[in-house]
Amino acid sequence: MSQTDFDILVIGGGPGGYVAALRAAQLKLSVGVVEATHLGGICLNWGCIPTKALLRASEINHLLHDLDTYGFKAEQVSFDFKKIIARSRAVSKQLSSGVSHLLKKAKVPVFEGFGKLDGVGPNGRRKVLVTKDGAAPVTLTAKHVILATGARARALPGLEADGKLVWSYREALVPEELPKRLLVIGSGAIGTEFASFYRNMGSAVTLVEVAPRILPVEDEEISAIAHKEFEKQGIRVLTGAKVGALRKGADSVTVPVETNGKTEEITVDKVISAVGIVGNVENIGLEGTKIKVDRTHVVTDAQCRTGEPGVYAIGDLAGAPWLAHKASHEAVMCVEAIAGKDVHPIDVTKIPGCTYCRPQIASVGYTEARAKEAGYTLRVGKFPLMANGKALAMGEPAGLVKTVFDAKTGELLGAHMIGAEVTEMVQGYVIARTGELTEAELAETIFPHPTISESMHEAVLAAYGGALHF
Amino acid sequence: MATEILMPALSPTMTEGKLARWLKKEGDTIASGDVVAEIETDKATMEVEAVDEGILGRILVPEGSEGIAVNAPIAVLVAQGEAVPDKVEAAPKAAHTPAETVSAPVAAPIPSAPAAHAPSQPAPTAVGGKRIAVSPLARRIARDKGLDLSTIKGSGPNGRIVKHDVETAVLAPVQATQGSPAPVPGGSRTIPHTTMRKVIARRLSESKATVPHFYVSADVELDALLALRSQMNALSTGDGPDAFKLSVNDMLVKAAAVALKKVPEVNATYTDEAMILHDDADISIAVSLDDGLITPIIRQADRKSLKEISQEAKGLIARARAGKLKPEEFQGGTFSLSNMGMYDVKDFNAIINPPQAAILAIAAGKKQAVVVNDALKIATVMTVTLSVDHRAVDGATAARWLSAFQATVQSPLSLVL
Repeated sequence: MSQTDFDILVIGGGPGGYVAALRAAQLKLSVGVVEATHLGGICLNWGCIPTKALLRASEINHLLHDLDTYGFKAEQVSFDFKKIIARSRAVSKQLSSGVSHLLKKAKVPVFEGFGKLDGVGPNGRRKVLVTKDGAAPVTLTAKHVILATGARARALPGLEADGKLVWSYREALVPEELPKRLLVIGSGAIGTEFASFYRNMGSAVTLVEVAPRILPVEDEEISAIAHKEFEKQGIRVLTGAKVGALRKGADSVTVPVETNGKTEEITVDKVISAVGIVGNVENIGLEGTKIKVDRTHVVTDAQCRTGEPGVYAIGDLAGAPWLAHKASHEAVMCVEAIAGKDVHPIDVTKIPGCTYCRPQIASVGYTEARAKEAGYTLRVGKFPLMANGKALAMGEPAGLVKTVFDAKTGELLGAHMIGAEVTEMVQGYVIARTGELTEAELAETIFPHPTISESMHEAVLAAYGGALHF
Repeated sequence: MATEILMPALSPTMTEGKLARWLKKEGDTIASGDVVAEIETDKATMEVEAVDEGILGRILVPEGSEGIAVNAPIAVLVAQGEAVPDKVEAAPKAAHTPAETVSAPVAAPIPSAPAAHAPSQPAPTAVGGKRIAVSPLARRIARDKGLDLSTIKGSGPNGRIVKHDVETAVLAPVQATQGSPAPVPGGSRTIPHTTMRKVIARRLSESKATVPHFYVSADVELDALLALRSQMNALSTGDGPDAFKLSVNDMLVKAAAVALKKVPEVNATYTDEAMILHDDADISIAVSLDDGLITPIIRQADRKSLKEISQEAKGLIARARAGKLKPEEFQGGTFSLSNMGMYDVKDFNAIINPPQAAILAIAAGKKQAVVVNDALKIATVMTVTLSVDHRAVDGATAARWLSAFQATVQSPLSLVL
């Protein structure tokens, strides 16, 4: 009979759960993973990875329609939409089986089924009940249980995904065909990425945001540039917009959208609802425990401990920011704390955020407005990609790099970027922030030429009055 | 080309010193031979003369800095119109004084030069050569708040001091003072040691710990010597350059030198390998100062006249009190004299001044009854005590020396020969 008692049991095999298991195995703890659907979670299967595969395709489509800029000429450019979707699924599948392989290599057993807390056994060990359709329930026990059940799309009343006319991210990832007209509700990372993908594939896209600006968590200037660039690409952007009751037809849906007191009826083939996410707190045995839930998220302390001794929550389940890299980092920290190691609590102002629309957006730390609210005296530096040689050579001159420094100490409070490849560059600023570098070290750092990352250096110099190329 | 002014070695044994005072400012024009600074060494304040000429571009070591290693740069001299180089390291502290390094002020040791931009000088990040792991941001905040990083515990990876640590350290003292007891009467004050006090402490501890002292005392009648002194002083001509006024001490210096010539075994230095016998009687005379003492030397006192000794001693004592002795004026010497005759002391023992082998402690001369040829008479008598390094000199030799000294003082004509 296979092992049923562990040092640690992890419920959920996403970027939080499987990383927790791998780290526990590295630390010679016995560990098992309970996963209800796919290893790799939303990230690998229905989030980060398949969307990147799709966005890559839309970027190629954009280039193919912009060949003239580079001196190329091609006739009858076309694509096979089904093949594009199939490629995205194949990438997800490859990575998911990669996770399976990693866990196997680490000798971590994976229990397929739905895991839930089931009290404490007479030996003081926590019980986890694993149920699966068509199989007898199994009870596992462990000293520590890490909840990593993730989150799902928020379904606003009247905007619930029906799989046909109204999509959540899940349906939007596997469309049968390209919608001619699309309305995206919500301009966070998920909404803007889908708006970008479908627009660059050729759909007529309207992006609707209830807040006064798109990408409301980003720096205002970044939002403004994104807004302008989206409109240049032909995306219709409506901010401060309220969506009324949908009227569904046979093959189309009419959406009343109110802006500035005027209501407009917009008829589209599909609607994507991207209005946030909720934690998967249901049916995992939280009832009757000391574990607190606040607005669909499990409440934890700085070391991911819940109110119940021996039970931890990490990743999307434990709250914002809903990012895979935050989940993985929490996973490592949580397991290391269990193993008695000295751990450092996560500072959310050191977690980068990336959005892979065109142009890309990446940021870390305080926006200018938030830094001001927090009472800092600021030094702000800006450098437009228009003045960067590599960006021009690439044909990607749209964008800006912005730095926010504490004028008193030289601490890099935040950095905000929009433009080509910025998601690959933001880590430089994250290292600076995590290593507590000041403007002095950043200014002394030699950046390679010609790169778009030089603009990161210039944005630092600009904050201190000395950008060289602008 | 920029030239560094280095911490001078004012004596062969000097390893470090204190930069007492700058006599020139940054931007001043310096001519060769100008006195630019005063250095406080083992026992004296010395002037540092510029060898080269130029403009004093930057002072690297602020006034009052202690433990500056010999040959460490203390300032930069530049040519007219030349920029001051940015990359000039401040003088490192001498390696064997970690305690001083720790307590050194965190403030930037380099005042900003007028022309060049002030380099951001980090708070010290090494204690006794051990590197402190600290983030650049934490280091800067610590510097701004005047915090000593060596007292802060790091909470970052591998104990690295991060922003959070220095920020909480800033708050800590405030919390500590809450509810602290009211000051109680009868407290104490802490006065930092001068370089001289440190040297006195070190050298005398060394002496007492390593030199096996023994003591031989004798009473010496002074009347003949005092009479001779009166006669000789009467020969002095008014105020001219040849004027002199012999002190008892001048005569005792000469008497000691004469005794050393008679019993040369005492004019010695003990080393592990051999005994060194000195030809010259170089007599160190202890001079008390406000904050310690110093021992200027009458060289070859055996060959000098009383007048020469007197004039020389007068100059040395004046310079000693002004802190202006040159190292060669107080370093060396083969025998010491410590005279407390001006105080009403009956007798005392002195600590040998290594590498010398003996020191003579001279107490006050007083009139008392003495027995001469079975009859009482009144004589001025002082008790002298010779402290001897037993490794170099044995008891009988010490007694012979003391006897020679006594005879010389009591029949002082040999002093004028």
